[in-house]
Amino acid sequence: MNYNVNEKGYYGEFGGAFIPEMLYPNVEELRQKYLSVMAEPDFIKEFNQLLKDYVGRPSPLYYAKRLSKKYNTKIYLKREDLNHTGAHKINNTIGQILMAKRLGKTRIIAETGAGQHGVATATVCALMGLECIVYMGEIDIARQAPNVARMKMLGAKVVPALSGSRTLKDATNEAIRDWINNPVNTHYIIGSAIGPHPYPDMVTRFQSVISEEIKWQLKEQEGTENPDYVVACIGGGSNAAGTYYHFLHEQDVKIIAVEAAGLGVDSGESAATSVLGKEGIIHGCKTLLMQTKDGQITEPYSISAGLDYPGVGPMHAHLAKTGRAEFMAITDDEAMTAGLELCQLEGIIPAIETSHALAIFEQRTFKPDDVIVVSLSGRGDKDLDTYIKYFKL
Amino acid sequence: MNRIQNKLQEDKKLLSIYFTAGYPNLDDTINIIQELEKNGVDMIEIGLPFSDPLADGPTIQASSTKALKNGMTSEVLFNQLKDIRKTVNIPLIIMGYFNPILQYGVEAFCKKCQEVGIDGLIIPDLPVDVYHDDYKSTFETYGLINVFLITPQTSDERIQFIDSVSNGFIYMVSSASVTGSQSGFGDENTRYFKRIANMNLQNPQIIGFGISDSKTFTQATEYAQGAIIGSAFIKFLSDHPIDKISKFVTSIR
Repeated sequence: MNYNVNEKGYYGEFGGAFIPEMLYPNVEELRQKYLSVMAEPDFIKEFNQLLKDYVGRPSPLYYAKRLSKKYNTKIYLKREDLNHTGAHKINNTIGQILMAKRLGKTRIIAETGAGQHGVATATVCALMGLECIVYMGEIDIARQAPNVARMKMLGAKVVPALSGSRTLKDATNEAIRDWINNPVNTHYIIGSAIGPHPYPDMVTRFQSVISEEIKWQLKEQEGTENPDYVVACIGGGSNAAGTYYHFLHEQDVKIIAVEAAGLGVDSGESAATSVLGKEGIIHGCKTLLMQTKDGQITEPYSISAGLDYPGVGPMHAHLAKTGRAEFMAITDDEAMTAGLELCQLEGIIPAIETSHALAIFEQRTFKPDDVIVVSLSGRGDKDLDTYIKYFKL
Repeated sequence: MNRIQNKLQEDKKLLSIYFTAGYPNLDDTINIIQELEKNGVDMIEIGLPFSDPLADGPTIQASSTKALKNGMTSEVLFNQLKDIRKTVNIPLIIMGYFNPILQYGVEAFCKKCQEVGIDGLIIPDLPVDVYHDDYKSTFETYGLINVFLITPQTSDERIQFIDSVSNGFIYMVSSASVTGSQSGFGDENTRYFKRIANMNLQNPQIIGFGISDSKTFTQATEYAQGAIIGSAFIKFLSDHPIDKISKFVTSIR
C-alpha cells in the first residue's frame, strides 16, 4: 500500500485538484515546479538554515517522565511548541515563502482560523519583505484579538471574511477568491495539508522535518528510530502529516490520529470528520468532509479553533479509509483536562489542539514498554482566555 | 440536436441570464424562467446554490445563502422543473459546484437533467481533465452539453484542448476575477477578446463575468456570440418583483 501522493495527485481515491479554471495556471505552475524547486541545493540550504537559526530547530524530543509514570508507559513529546511563533505552522510558511520567491511572486495571501497560521505567514513575510494579506473570519477576529494584533505588528493586512459562517472555511474561500482576482503576482500559502494538489503534498513535505528529527532523536535516546506509536491531533492535518510522514511505510509503527469530538461525536457540535464526514469536495480536493445529505458543507464545532475545520487532508482521509491510522475523537472536556494535567505534571502549557492528542492516555491503555511519540504541536499562550474561562482561573 | 447547439446556429448575439434557484423565494424558479423567455432572453443558467461558491463574488454568494435557507436542494429544483418543457423552449443550463452533484450521484443527476429537459451543465470546479477521463461518456449518454471556462490566463494550448472537449460553447471569463466584481471593460479585456476571436475555435464563445448593462453587453458581443449576465440580474431581483423583469431585459438590448 502506498500512503504518499501518486503522480496524479491522489492518495488512494482522495486528493486531486478540483479547482475553477481561473486557478489552473497558478496551481499548475506550482505542480510542475514544486518538487524540482525543493530539490535545488540552494533551496535546501536556505530552508535548513532558517529552520535552524530562525525557527530554532531541531525541536527537542522530550521524555515526559512524570506523564509516563502516571500512565505506566513511555511518552515522548516532540516539542513543536518551542518553535518561533509557538507552533509547527512556521515549518510550512518558511518553506512556502522560499517557494513563492523562487516563483517570482511578490504578494502573499493566507487564510487563518485561530490566527496561528496567519501569524506564521505574517512572520515570514516580514522576514522576506513581502506584502502579506491574511483572511480571517469576522467571528474569529473577534475571539482571537491577540493574534490579530500580532499579525498587524508584523505588517500584515488582516481582512475579515464576512461571507457564510464567517470562520475558517469562509476565510479560505475569501483567500481563494483573492487568488482568482490576482493570478499573476500572488502566492497563496495554505496553512494545512489540504487544498488542491500539490498543496497537501508540499505542506506535508515541509512539515516532514518533524518525523525526520524524531527518527534520529529517538535513536539517540531509545536506540531505535521507530517508536511503537506516533500520535498527533488533526484539524486539516499538517502537524499530523509531518509527524507521520517518515513512519507511513514503517509497518511496526502504529499511527493514531486524534480529532476533536467537540461536545460529543453525536451531539451535533463536533469536528470529528473521519466519523461524521462523507467523501466530497472541499477547497479543491476530494476528501472526507462534514456536509448535509445535499452536499452543502456544514459548520463544525470544537473548543479548539485549530481543529474547527469541516474537512481533513486527503492523506488522512486515505489513512482513515485504509485503516493505516487509528482515529480517536476527544471531547472538549477531555482535552481541557488533559491540557491542565500536562501543565501540572510536566510544566508545559499546551495549545488546546495539542491537548486533544494528550487526552488519549485516559482513553486507552498502552503497555509499559511501549514507546509513544506525541506531537506537541503548539503552546497554549494563545488559549489562555479559553483556559481561564473554562477553569475559572 | 441539443437546444443549445440549435440556438448557437441562430444569426444573432445571444443574451444569457443567470439566476440562483430558490432566490429571492423558494418557488420563484418557474416564474423567473418563464418571464425571461417571454422577454426575449436566449438562454438561461439556473444556479444550483452551494454553501461555498469559490468562484463567485458577494452578490451570488448572498443569493445562494438565501436560497439554501429557503430550502433549495437538487431534489427540490428537479421537482420544480419537472413540467418546465411544457411552457419553455429556450436552452436551460444548470450551473452549480461539483459537490452537491457528486452527492446526488453524477449519473443520477445527469439522468434527472435529461428527464426534465435541461440541456447542459456548467460546473466551475470540475476540471476539464477530470471530466474528460471520468464523466464525459455519462454526460453524452444523457444528451448533456458540458460548458468549460477559459480565462485571460488560460494558455492557447489549453484553450485548444478545451475546445476539443467541448460540444456547445466556451464560457469566456472576461477578466481575472470572481463574478460581479467588474465595472466596464478596458483595453486589456478587449485585447483578450480579440485574441480568442482570432483563434477560430470550433466552439463559439459566450462571455461572462463583468457584464452588467447595455454597454458591457455590446462590448462583449462585438467579439463573441453572446454574453451572460448574473450578478447584475440578481441585484435587480433583490429589489424588483418578478413581473418587472421586462424592464431589466430591455435595458440590456
